[in-house]
Parts: sequence; structure tokens; C-alpha cells
Amino acid sequence: MIEEEHPSLRFLRAERMPHILCEGCGNGIVVNAMLEAMVELGVDMEKVVFVSGIGCSSRIPGYLRFDSLHTTHGRPIAFATGIKLANPELEVIVITGDGDMASIGGNHFLHAARRNMDLLVICSNNYNYGMTGGQASPTTPLGWRTTTSPYGNAEPPMDIARVASAAGANYVARWSTASPLQIKQAIKKALRKEGFRLVEVLTQCPTVFGRRNRLRTAVEMLRWYRENTVALHHAEELERQGVDLSAKVVVGEFADRSKPGLVRRLGLVREEVAEKEEEAPEAVAPAEEDERIREARRRILEAIERLSTPRVRRMIELGMDVEKIEEELLK
Amino acid sequence: MSHLTGVRFLQGNIACAEGAIAAGCRFFAGYPITPSTEVAEWLAKRMPEVGGVFIQMEDEIASVSAIVGARWAGKKAMTATSGPGFSLMMETIGYAAMTETPIVIVDVQRGGPSTGQPTLPATGDVLQSRFGSHGDYATISLAPNSVQEMFDLTVEAFNLSERYRVPVMLMADEIVGHMREKVVLPEEVETFTAPLSRRGVKYFRPGRDLVPKMQVFGRGYGVHVTGLTHDERGYPATSDPAVHTRLVRRLVDKVEKNAPRIIRVEEHLTEDAEVVLISYGAPSRSALAAVRELREMGVRAGMLRLVTLFPFPCRRVRELGEQAELVVLEMNLGQMLREVERCAGRRVHFLPKIGGELHTPQEVVRFVRKL
Repeated sequence: MIEEEHPSLRFLRAERMPHILCEGCGNGIVVNAMLEAMVELGVDMEKVVFVSGIGCSSRIPGYLRFDSLHTTHGRPIAFATGIKLANPELEVIVITGDGDMASIGGNHFLHAARRNMDLLVICSNNYNYGMTGGQASPTTPLGWRTTTSPYGNAEPPMDIARVASAAGANYVARWSTASPLQIKQAIKKALRKEGFRLVEVLTQCPTVFGRRNRLRTAVEMLRWYRENTVALHHAEELERQGVDLSAKVVVGEFADRSKPGLVRRLGLVREEVAEKEEEAPEAVAPAEEDERIREARRRILEAIERLSTPRVRRMIELGMDVEKIEEELLK
Repeated sequence: MSHLTGVRFLQGNIACAEGAIAAGCRFFAGYPITPSTEVAEWLAKRMPEVGGVFIQMEDEIASVSAIVGARWAGKKAMTATSGPGFSLMMETIGYAAMTETPIVIVDVQRGGPSTGQPTLPATGDVLQSRFGSHGDYATISLAPNSVQEMFDLTVEAFNLSERYRVPVMLMADEIVGHMREKVVLPEEVETFTAPLSRRGVKYFRPGRDLVPKMQVFGRGYGVHVTGLTHDERGYPATSDPAVHTRLVRRLVDKVEKNAPRIIRVEEHLTEDAEVVLISYGAPSRSALAAVRELREMGVRAGMLRLVTLFPFPCRRVRELGEQAELVVLEMNLGQMLREVERCAGRRVHFLPKIGGELHTPQEVVRFVRKL
């Protein structure tokens, strides 16, 4: 079938072209997979809000014709938490990267997963800080070169997907841009679930990362993904056989749970509170239990009653406020 | 169920929390920190009762970020903290200023720098409230000096934030935060909500008052909000000097040029004063007591209390400086003093107090009599 128009085009802000992403960048694959997933699921586009941080992938929402909040470095998940809790009808999708989410935003990421916050997070993991010219990130593999690891990265990387799963996320999947169909399927599955959902996409960055690691083009990088990713179920089998997979990247679904998300849990709390109020319609607003305070309040009210002399009433009629009346009486 | 009403005996932090509810705040995100924690604790209980959301975030950066998000989703939102948390919030305060997000941040100040004196009062964060984030911008800071004002000025903070689309900081201190006093909570308070713009307009095009109309997410308008320098459509235009200049000048001007409508001061016996005590927050209560005592002694003393710290009431300070000796009292080593000196056009006397104790009226009297 020949399409007249690129299927993603109608979602792009044409007036913002050209975009800032490099030739060969993998973020376009992420965008297409995501938009296709949304279209195929019939997502209500007017209710979608994109939230992003700082980095190459975080610039994506600015080119899409949706409501979007382009935030500060590392914080999109925190901003998104506020959006979703304030209006649970919105479908809040965070677009972030490895530096944004795993490094500076690591704490927000962990806690959103822990509280099973109702967000879909798409993390475009390109193994480096592309926007600033290719520095090492928390996911740069051991030994790989970047501008801040010129002799080879000495730090072991973070396994984002496994961290999210361990922290309590409802759904976690990792695929590379070499398998866009799987990305799309994962996003579709994630969109149908509540709670915290992370789709990590290994995204090629030939321009500032690949070329320092003998992977100069997008094609070379995609080939590298093909040859060095192992599906989760195979990996488990291979590990049982004692095969060393430390140089490989495991892809697949790392979590698929159905725990209630925070929106639902907080809703239950509100319902419970409302029920209690109905049971006890006489209940006044929360008063402090402290005996001393009750006593003090009683005394103040008595004092006010005592002071309700014609003089006080006159002062009230004259429009004097309580402070002024008090001042007058204490003279 | 709405906010507490009637004559009450409340703690300042609780009055603040109730003021937020009265102002229409239905989203609170916070992180525990002395001496502001009671605001969060009270709202944890109250928000579900009024159909709002309370969430304890993982830190103060996340807290203030969450309230910015909540406001763009259509809920009035607040956070509360103290010095160390306030420092962490600076990043997002700049973001809120740049994206013109109406939010309220309560800083119940304690002794600093760093973790300093968690349980004792100070007002050492006041300049930070105006200049703490990087770049040029303007915000509004208010300084309550009573439990009543913890309620009233919280409402005012929301209204100003909505009116001018800026983060507003309620610069309380440990004394007004923890003090318990009689308050009168009205049944109804005047509230203001930023009006929404129509579909398809330039969402960041300002009105004559330099303030653009607001938007909220979920209406299908495709609103893009960014902390990058942006044009009136909201689109990044990061390397155009003209766009940047126009935007940032407007962000500052919308507060500075509207300052006469924003600024509130309280004056006592300044008409004939030969010496005017300038103060704010808890020390202003000692200042007032000192003024009364000085008057009894025959000294023509008066007081100017800054209810609004920023924008600063420069003109009034200059007028008073032409007429009287000026004495600044504050719980830091000279922060608002700089503003007073800048505007007064004369030498300003200074009585600072740090360490966690309030100025006593006697020491203020002694200081003034020695002038």
C-alpha cells in the first residue's frame, strides 16, 4: 500500500520544521511507533499530554500537535505526577532520555515506579548525553568511549528496565529501534494499563556516540542492536546454560503486573473520607485534640461573649475589624 | 465541606493551610521539613475532605514541580517548605516564572545557612525569594506577621499569582508558623482565577496589563509550554535576541509596572514621625510595641511594615526617608536593608537579630534612643 502522506505528519507542527534532531537519529522511530500505537488504540488525542525534560528526546513533544509541558532537566516525571493527579482524565505520557531520567531524575523515576504512578514513560536510551555533544550517561556501557570517558567508560551502567521493575512498576519493556514493531506493541500494551509503565527504547545516536565507538552510521548502530540484543526468555535459558551475556543487552517485557495505580488508590481514600462524612453529618471540621487548646478556645469565646457590650456592638456597626476592636478595648 | 470558618484559635501553619483551601487550592505537594511540616500534615487530612489531592513527594524539587504540573491541569496548587527545601525549589521557581505558572510557595523560614537552626526563626531567605533562581525574572513575596495573616495572605498569594501569573512566595517565619493566636476566618473570601484564552490564539500573547490569558491542558488546543525562551505561540526561539529581550523584559515588567496595584504596607503613626522603624514578619510586632513605648517617652516614632516584600515599596520608603530617620529591623544580617538603602537616598540605621531570638521592644527602644 502506498500512503499519500506520512501517517505521523498530521500530528506534527509543520510550522516548527526543520527539527533539531540529527540525520540518522533514532528518535523518529520512537515517535512513529508511539503515534501508530496511539492511533491503532483509538486514544483520545485531545486528552493526551506530553511531558518531557531536557535532552534530545525531550524535544519531541515540541514538534507534536498536543498539549505539552517541556520542563527542566530530570524533572518531567515529577511535573507529570502533578498533571495526572490533578486531572486523572488526561493520558499523561512522559518522553525522557537516559541522562534525564536515570541520572539527574533518578529519584523521581524510582519513586514514581514505587508509588505506581499512572504515567506512561517512554525513555529513549541512547547511551549518552547527545544534546550536549556526547558525554557519558548512567547507561553508557562499560568501556565505551564518550567525550567524558575518552579512555573508555570506567563505570558499570544502570539497567533502567530492571530498576523500574524492582521499584514496583506495573509494566516494563525494553526494545531497540531495530525492532519498531515491538516498540509499538509495548506502547499499545502499556497504554491499556494503569499505574507506572516504562517503555525503554535503545535509540541509536550515530552522530555523537556511535562515531566514537566505531559505529559511524545509523545502519551500523541498528545492526549492532540486532546482533547484541537477546530476548529475555532466551537470555534466561542461555544463562542457565552458563553463557556469559554481560556484553549483551537483554530486551523484552520485564514486568507485566496489574496492581492499582496511585490515582485509583487515592480515589479510594477520598471515597472513604466522603463516606465517613456522610455517616457523621454533625462532625465539625477537624479540631485539635489537645486539651489545652480546647480550653483556650473556650476561654476566648467566653471573653468575646463577655465583651459584647453595647460599646462593642457600636464598634462593629462602625465597621471596625476585630483587631481594632481588640486594640480599643485593651486601651 | 470547605475551609474552617468563624473565630478560632489556630497555629499559623494551620491557618495558612486553611487559607489555601479558602482560596480554592485543591492540590498540595510537599516534603516534610521543620518548621513548615504542619502545613503538609494538615492538608494531608483536609485535601481528601474537600475533594483535593495531597501528595508527599520524594523531595522539594519534585514537590514544586508537581504543583506546576497540577496548575497546568487546572488545579490551584501550593507547596510549603523551609530554607533547605526552598533552596532546592529555586530551579522550578525559575521555570514557573518563565512559563508564567500561577503557584504559591510557602517558606516558613528558619535559621540558615544550610541546615542551620531547624526550630528557630529567621528571615534570611527573603532576598532568595526574589533573586534565588538564575536569570532575570520577577516574582511576588509576602510577609505575614500574625496567624490571621497566615490565612489572609495565603488567600492573597493565590489571587496575586493568578492575577499576574507568577509564583508567589509567602515568606513566613518560624514564629508566625508555630504561634497560636485568635483568628477570624470569614465564610467567604474573594478569590481570583486566571481567565482562559480562546482556542487558536497565541497562548503567550500578553494583554495590556502585560499578562497573557491562561490555558489548561486537556481542551484539545495543543498548547506547548516550555522553559526555553519562547515566542508568543509558546514555541522555542532560543537564539533570537529580540524574542528573548521582549519576553524577559515583559516577565519583569508585568510585576514591576503593576507594582502599585500589588504593594501593600501597613503604617503606624508615620504622619509626624521623626524616626520610622521598617520591619516585616514577626519582628514587626516588637517594632510596633517599641513605637508605642517611644511615643510615651515623647519620641515621635512610627512604623512601616512591609506586607509585600517584592515588589518593594520603593516610593514610600523614599518619602519616609525625606521626613524621618529610618531604622530597619530584621532577622538577618541585612537583606531588606539593601532595598531600603537603595530607595531611601540617605543613611539607614540597622538593627539586625540572628540566632533565633526575636527583637525585644526594649532593645528596639534603646537602639532608637541612642540615635
